[in-house]
Amino acid sequence: MTDIPTLKLWIVILGLGAGSYFLRFVFLGLIGDRQLPEWVLRHLRYTAVAVLPGLVAPAIIFPPATGGNPDPARLGAAAVTLALGYFTRNVIVAIIGGAMTLYALLYLLG
Amino acid sequence: MTDAPDRSHFIRGLKDGAPFILVIVPFGLLFGVVATEAGLNVFESLAFSVVVIAGAAQFTALQLLSDNLPAVIVLISALAVNLRMAMYSASITPHLGQMPLWKRALAAYVLVDQTYATAVLEFEKRPDLTPSQKFAFFAGTASAIVPLWYASTITGALVGSSIPDSLALDFAVPITFLALIAPALRTLAHVAAAFTSVALALTFMSLPYNLGLLIAAVSAMAVGAEVERRMTQKAA
Repeated sequence: MTDIPTLKLWIVILGLGAGSYFLRFVFLGLIGDRQLPEWVLRHLRYTAVAVLPGLVAPAIIFPPATGGNPDPARLGAAAVTLALGYFTRNVIVAIIGGAMTLYALLYLLG
Repeated sequence: MTDAPDRSHFIRGLKDGAPFILVIVPFGLLFGVVATEAGLNVFESLAFSVVVIAGAAQFTALQLLSDNLPAVIVLISALAVNLRMAMYSASITPHLGQMPLWKRALAAYVLVDQTYATAVLEFEKRPDLTPSQKFAFFAGTASAIVPLWYASTITGALVGSSIPDSLALDFAVPITFLALIAPALRTLAHVAAAFTSVALALTFMSLPYNLGLLIAAVSAMAVGAEVERRMTQKAA
């Protein structure tokens, strides 16, 4: 893994901290009791499911650890994690189930 | 000084926030481990968790930093993950908006997924609470969650360097994110947004500066919002 330059790391830590704080403070601190327009709220509701799946999809299908080649163990683990998370609605169960699937498949196929 | 009724609301907040320990501790440990894998020292890992306190955004930033992307791209992508915090801020304002500015400033710092979820359920259940009782409850939930986030990050960072490659920790981040996303796929609109995000991120994967993800995220938000609008129209 490439080493992260120290200055860049601190720019990101402090910038992300300041930006995240601003997002949390913006309405509570600055707007007070006024309501946001409904269409803005409607878009904000989907930020998490709009960003996170796209972020992990390339890493799941073309994992850097296997030189970018699709890997049955990692694909299987991803499928189990998604199914467990969807049906149990329990984040921890999904993480543990996905990790166990990954190790089982890496061992069996390795 | 806290008077007695406020203290009882603080304690209820503490109790209602407690189940999230099961989420916070493993997630914080994992962040500490992954951060040291990426070459951060213990102090830098802890600084990340103290300054940012937002697991998903921290993992995003770390992943993109390891991919050697420019700082501006890392910041834009990680802040996009945190845009939902603005929604929390808007939604909690009617409850805590009357508190003095310094209390609102503190509340904003600890406004994370778990404190928000706990508090909003409580405030909807008990609309007759005074703003000061609501603030006491919110402070209770934050006290159950935030210190553990720091502590588990440190612990993860301390044990992180002793973890062998065979543990395939490269895949810890994708699994954690999938586990977070899956329960959030509550409606057709959420599923449509997630599907759009994946399809466009893969289509535009080769674009520089992670632009593919930004295109995917913006389009997916629009798709989610539009599907929701049509669904509610049909229902009405």
